[in-house]
Amino acid sequence: MSTLTDPPKPGFRLSQLIYDTRYRSITIQVIALVLIVGALWWLVNNTVNNLNALGKDFNFGFLSSAAGYDINQTLIEYNNQMSHGRAAMVGILNTLLVAFMGCVSALVIGVFVGVLRLSKNWVVSRLMAVYVEGFRNVPLLIWILLIGAVMSESMPQPRDFRGEDATTSMILGDSVAVTNRGIWIPRIGFTNSISGEEAVAPIEGATPVASGGADWLLVLGTFALSLIAMRFVRMRADKIQHATGERPKTWYQLMGLFFVPVGIVLFALGAQIVTPYLKGFNFTEGTHLRNSLIALWVALSLYTGAFIAEIVRAGILAVSKGQSEAAAALGLRPNRTMNLVILPQALRVIIPPLISQFLNLTKNSSLAIAVGYMDVRATLGGITINQTGRELEGMLLMGAFYLALSLLISGGMNYYNRSTQLAER
Amino acid sequence: MKKTVFFGALTVAGLVAGAASAATLDDVKARGSLNCGVTTGLVGFAAPDADGNWQGFDVGVCRAVAAAVLGDPDAVEFVPTTGQTRFTALASGEIDLLARNTTWTMSRDVDLKFEFVGVNYYDGQGFLVPKALGVTSATELDGATVCIQTGTTTELNLADYFRTNGISYEPVPIETNAEGQQQYLAGACDVYTTDASGLAATRATFENPGDHVLLPEIISKEPLGPLVRHGDNEWGDIARWTLNALITAEELGVTAANAAELSMEPGNNPEINRLLGTEGELGAMLGLEADWAKKAIMAGGNYGELFENNIGENTAIALARGLNAQWTDGGLIYSPPFR
Repeated sequence: MSTLTDPPKPGFRLSQLIYDTRYRSITIQVIALVLIVGALWWLVNNTVNNLNALGKDFNFGFLSSAAGYDINQTLIEYNNQMSHGRAAMVGILNTLLVAFMGCVSALVIGVFVGVLRLSKNWVVSRLMAVYVEGFRNVPLLIWILLIGAVMSESMPQPRDFRGEDATTSMILGDSVAVTNRGIWIPRIGFTNSISGEEAVAPIEGATPVASGGADWLLVLGTFALSLIAMRFVRMRADKIQHATGERPKTWYQLMGLFFVPVGIVLFALGAQIVTPYLKGFNFTEGTHLRNSLIALWVALSLYTGAFIAEIVRAGILAVSKGQSEAAAALGLRPNRTMNLVILPQALRVIIPPLISQFLNLTKNSSLAIAVGYMDVRATLGGITINQTGRELEGMLLMGAFYLALSLLISGGMNYYNRSTQLAER
Repeated sequence: MKKTVFFGALTVAGLVAGAASAATLDDVKARGSLNCGVTTGLVGFAAPDADGNWQGFDVGVCRAVAAAVLGDPDAVEFVPTTGQTRFTALASGEIDLLARNTTWTMSRDVDLKFEFVGVNYYDGQGFLVPKALGVTSATELDGATVCIQTGTTTELNLADYFRTNGISYEPVPIETNAEGQQQYLAGACDVYTTDASGLAATRATFENPGDHVLLPEIISKEPLGPLVRHGDNEWGDIARWTLNALITAEELGVTAANAAELSMEPGNNPEINRLLGTEGELGAMLGLEADWAKKAIMAGGNYGELFENNIGENTAIALARGLNAQWTDGGLIYSPPFR
């Protein structure tokens, strides 16, 4: 430490770069920088050399050439004459779909299981412990394969539903068909569709229906407005409660806002439930949830849900017991204690690790390959690379996509995290 | 499988230096074994037997090349590849030769930078359906669910065929033949489509092969053959002429049984003598020993023997020679002369 207090000496010796703490950190940083730049240069140079040796160039032109292959689950219009870029887009949307569905259901499962695992009921808490330990400690891939195999091996084939002596039948009032090719559920069609799509009769003799993006935008938009209106009603109730100590009855207003506007819109569009039915080789109409989607979604939800359950449990346990005792002393009932006192404080502990679970789930969705779910890895990172021989470009694009998606999710969650943090003064 | 794609990409990305170096022959000799890419398991073409030894028609090509280069038909490291991993594995240098019923197409040859060294099986894409379905023609398959191996030409042919016939289908993408078989037998798809030879081989392993029929439509040309990387013509020549040696051997009546004898006591057929290295310098031209072709033939027999032993009419797969007969018998199998 003496060097720090020594008066500065005139002149500069090379050895000072190592022995003088004023310069040492700079020396180390410069060396590290040189090594990193060198490694990067070597990587790029080697890539260029090897690409040259293989006679390959580096360009993304393949994205605009015709893909030539079909994709079973498409959220946007797609056929095999469209471009590889479009196919990649279809894959990206499929990835987003399963990641979104997985995050929502994993969160629901996780919160329920996490709370129930703390239950005083011995059977309930043990059952939850078995679930958590069972799912957390077996690789995700095995769950995906297992659920996929159970779906395709043990469910009836569509042709078992056919004829007089059918060995099986549709469930829930003939509206849902569970087969080894997935589950067909009813969908909603609109007789007065505003989407401009041509209306077709789902079955001979039925009223023609159509359903397009514009219809759903209208329905969901109305619903979102209802939710905002409900928030205003609640805020007004809060204000009155603060001022007078009495909370006005709002439930009938809330229920009305929840159901009536959407109901009116659905009625105006002429919403009809279209049930699937057997035609030819498969069921037709309705919405087809493919085995691959179900296996991936269920496995991702249950697996990540087990981790989230532990995070939720840890968050709740992190809130000191004095808080719930104080709430009880004020006369709050247990469910109010949980909603108003414990969960808001537990959230501060829960959210940061929750972000990484959401990221894990999103990235784990690339295990889709195990059950043939056509996500971005299967389209852009699989078939496209294979048909065009553009491994480097495809892999880079895929890496960039997952990176951007992960950053987006963690950015959004961090924003939410800041809003739940304790406002310190 | 994911790992292989990943490593393949990394390799192409240049993390493994010199992956695409030119002298494959030297690499193979130094290593003492040939890295040969095969299927993950298609009985008759490439599949491990009960003892774990790889057997099959494509495996025979690998063993012949290993015998020609290294003198030992067992000096082969078999690398199972899927439809999706095979090209990356070859391009990255993970394998030296790909013998995996791969269709020779222009874009693979030109754009993917591979060199097909010949055709060892002339095939076409067919459809396998359960008899119970009552389907007699592929044009009746409107709305059917079709199991299809991803990353193959069959995937593209299928899309083209259904589009041009104006009928629809639901593709179920699968990775390997085993997975396709499982999905098909479970009824998760109505139809399984791939090369007709592959369908015959797959059906032969079913419990009740008679319950399934191949539809009459053959919707594509699928010339299957071994391939190597662009850029190493010497290695490509070795693979090409080893295959040609097997074909020529059948034409000239040289078999695994009589090759040794014919080379010990050279007869007066100059082409046999050149093939077996008792006359001329053909081996040296390739950078191999004079008796390279003899070793290749003795590894598993000539082309006809490989065919009969692995996929011929006396096997469970029971494929007729058809297009794959020698040109002298009205087929397409034809080797340029050994001269």
